[in-house]
Amino acid sequence: MSARVGVVVFPGACDEEDALIAVNGTPGLEARYLPHGERDLKGADAVILPGGFSYGDYLRAGAIARFAPVMEAVIEFAREGGPVLGICNGFQVLCEAGLLPGALLVNESLKFVCRQVVVAVDSTATPFTSGCEPGEQLSVPVKHTTGRWFAPPKLADQVEAAGQVVLRYAADTNPNGSLRDVAGVANEDGNVFGLMPHAEHAVDELTGSTDGLRLFGSLARHLSAVTA
Amino acid sequence: MIRPKEGILDPQGQAVERALPALGYDDVAHVHVGRLIELEVGGDERTVTARVEEMCERLLANPLIESYEVQAAGAAP
Repeated sequence: MSARVGVVVFPGACDEEDALIAVNGTPGLEARYLPHGERDLKGADAVILPGGFSYGDYLRAGAIARFAPVMEAVIEFAREGGPVLGICNGFQVLCEAGLLPGALLVNESLKFVCRQVVVAVDSTATPFTSGCEPGEQLSVPVKHTTGRWFAPPKLADQVEAAGQVVLRYAADTNPNGSLRDVAGVANEDGNVFGLMPHAEHAVDELTGSTDGLRLFGSLARHLSAVTA
Repeated sequence: MIRPKEGILDPQGQAVERALPALGYDDVAHVHVGRLIELEVGGDERTVTARVEEMCERLLANPLIESYEVQAAGAAP
């Protein structure tokens, strides 16, 4: 039986369908939507917060989505060790919810950036990268205006020391000016992971890369091991 | 009033700072762009300030990256 992955849908989301397609295209995983007003996760074994512009990105990206009813269940699930993946806007929501360290700021260029980037896997200690090789390079697209990961120096040092930096932009390709080229970070336990690059847009040769499947494949392997 | 915290790169402030000399304002430095939120809250001034500060901590600002300042403007007309 396939493991169930809940894809949260906030008002203003736009990448939930690609997330659904990416999950359903991964053997061993089956996706269903979790509307923002839900109060439970309908038996999901993992949760994805997809990209988009939840609540118009008003106030700060992710700031209002963090208080959606479904987030209470997501936060509880995350605290119990359940795998939670935040992509782009989802990453911003997880930072705002305090589930991930740091914050996402407007790009150094002040411009929307949309291009293919190469990221290196810095940590394989998450359910989403456990099937990757340390240092493995993935080609995935970014498309955001608010993607500059930042943490105050002391927190950034702690995050580094604890091995919570999961993905880093390859040298000289940082698209947004993020601190220490960080593209994705995890929580201390590794079960919550947020990234700016859109792994869900890199699952078909048609769009140039299938490297995103490395993350979804890792999750499938992880879930088949824990739910077996 | 919510501003980017001291020491955080503020590209909006920098862009404005670079634009001002073009209009002849050569002596402007340390430009920071933040935002202003106006709200009406009932209660006496001290309670209101404390409640709005709490709102800032929990939603209106992100204390990791932003500083805030609450000003009571007196009773609403």
